Amino acid sequence: MSDPILSVKDLRVEFATRSGPLRAIDGVSFDLNKGEVLGFVGESGAGKSLTGTAVIGLIDPPGKITGGEIRLEGRRIDHLSIEELRRIRGREIGMIFQDPLTSLDPLMRIGDQLIETIITHVAVSRTEARARAVKLLEDVGIPAAAERVMSYPHEFSGGMRQRVVIALALAAEPKVIIADEPTTALDVSVQAQIIALLKKLTSERGMAVMLITHDMGVIAQIANRVAVMYSGRIVEIGPVADVVRQPAHPYSMGLMGSIPSLHAEHARLKQIPGSMPRLTALPAGCAFSPRCERADARCKVERPALAATGMTTSACFHPVTSTVAEVAG
Amino acid sequence: MKSQSDDITPTLVTVSKLRKVYDLSGPWLEKVLAGKGKQTVTAVDNVSFDIKRGETFALVGESGSGKTTVARMVVGLLERTAGEVRIDGISVGSTASAGERARLRRSIQMIFQDPYASLNPRWTVGAIIAEPIVTFGLIKGKAAVAERVGELLTLVGLSPADAVKYPHQFSGGQRQRIAIARALSSNPEFIVCDEPTSALDVSVQAQILNLMADLQERLGLTYLFISHNLAVVRHVADQIGVLYLGRLVEIAGSRDIFERPRHPYTKMLIAAVPDLEDPGKAPEGIVGEIPNPVSPPTGCHFHPRCPLAMDRCKIEVPAFRDGVACHLA
Repeated sequence: MSDPILSVKDLRVEFATRSGPLRAIDGVSFDLNKGEVLGFVGESGAGKSLTGTAVIGLIDPPGKITGGEIRLEGRRIDHLSIEELRRIRGREIGMIFQDPLTSLDPLMRIGDQLIETIITHVAVSRTEARARAVKLLEDVGIPAAAERVMSYPHEFSGGMRQRVVIALALAAEPKVIIADEPTTALDVSVQAQIIALLKKLTSERGMAVMLITHDMGVIAQIANRVAVMYSGRIVEIGPVADVVRQPAHPYSMGLMGSIPSLHAEHARLKQIPGSMPRLTALPAGCAFSPRCERADARCKVERPALAATGMTTSACFHPVTSTVAEVAG
Repeated sequence: MKSQSDDITPTLVTVSKLRKVYDLSGPWLEKVLAGKGKQTVTAVDNVSFDIKRGETFALVGESGSGKTTVARMVVGLLERTAGEVRIDGISVGSTASAGERARLRRSIQMIFQDPYASLNPRWTVGAIIAEPIVTFGLIKGKAAVAERVGELLTLVGLSPADAVKYPHQFSGGQRQRIAIARALSSNPEFIVCDEPTSALDVSVQAQILNLMADLQERLGLTYLFISHNLAVVRHVADQIGVLYLGRLVEIAGSRDIFERPRHPYTKMLIAAVPDLEDPGKAPEGIVGEIPNPVSPPTGCHFHPRCPLAMDRCKIEVPAFRDGVACHLA
């Protein structure tokens, strides 16, 4: 395999508080390859958004990267100056946020926002940038793009606005895109269109995407691999189809079971007892152990490391490697 | 619950020809000076359905479809422009006797979407749950009320000792349990649930949906369940009504609607839901967005997005017949 575009090793993010540092990201490592969509799934507070924020260096104080390294095409980017980071953001790493309304400047025509982004990052004339802006809007499926460049964000619907945000992220042709809940604010029929668009664009342009979402369905449709996060750690990572069908970590299994399916009716949903621990009260050992029916004495004191378990890689002393039938029984 | 006795289960709730029109015109002076005419938006248009005792009727639709407006009119939180809601034979908001009206109010309760907004942060959980008991004078005596509150807390999976705590001491899922306990405290027959799990993480959503199913079985409750999530609806509903831009386009049994959707919009909505059992499949054939309700399309509201639309659909509003409103069904 060729070298990964983005490589994160043992990333640690801490928040300084009066009662000592809170570790929000703890030893997260992953590689993102060219043209790959890597999904990050987990419940609120699991650290998935923070991982994305750390990669583009946008963590606000009191948060701080306190360990590990982030490499973009082999170059370390986790300790760059603000100015150097600014050049990377947009140019090499693009961002798509959840709420398209707050990612656009309401007082600027969308064409001008696109042109400004293009000129900032690429050496082209204003006329060329303008032509490029129209082309980008066409690529993301905005009808009558040549006229719509003159419109303001409020003149677009939610779905169209998210298309503009995607066009903005693509403007400088970055190698990596971080998409943080790109469809969460959208209706399901619009979400489906945005997913299809993202899928098409990534395969056409060979971009690598970090797709952060709480919606496993979205990840299943578009991602190649998925990382399941829990309490600031990756507990399982592997090809999407394997994590969905044969999860090895008990948390992944519980998560898959609790998602209502279109195929089963009136069936009782599998539920995981309790909820994710707060950062201030992380249990010793495996953070999932208090909710885990497979946990034993060892899980309460020792933290499992990521290791190959069946089709995926998971951090568990008692992974579910057997067939689903046995687990259900 | 589903059973062969469908035909003999008496109807508890009858909603007929419900309509809500909002006046969007500016102030009188502006109308006169700027010569602006009257402007209205029809949020709910001629919506009728029945709910059988002990069953769950779900209303699904995308944002702007009018589902929450229907829910609020059914419980009487919002004035109807036209139409009638009858619960157990009594017309809501009618000139029925004071005693009948009090009984009606007691027997309808509502659970809201956001458990962070629906509980008073300055009240203890015990006071929140006891309020309906005291207001309706269901139980006399402090000790007896406290005992009932403890029972209700146990019923929803919390501890009687939680009564002295405040809402901020609970997680989102636990708060929704408190909201359910409050709804149950007046011994209602009918509970309107407006997106009760959409603010929750998926594993917590599973806990709440299972709890609601258990309570329905134990207490014989009837639910009107509002949701945008088709997979959730499939799990909870006996009957499903699909709303589009204020009009019902289809009503059918839960299984029928998923196995044999009849309206083109229902088909599109189902196709847009990500399917975990088929990872890697991108949604297809989904076009357009919900139009602006201030100037809805003529004829069938769905015709601009409909793959089967004919000339007739652009002119004539399809009548709701046999559970579907479509010229082609």
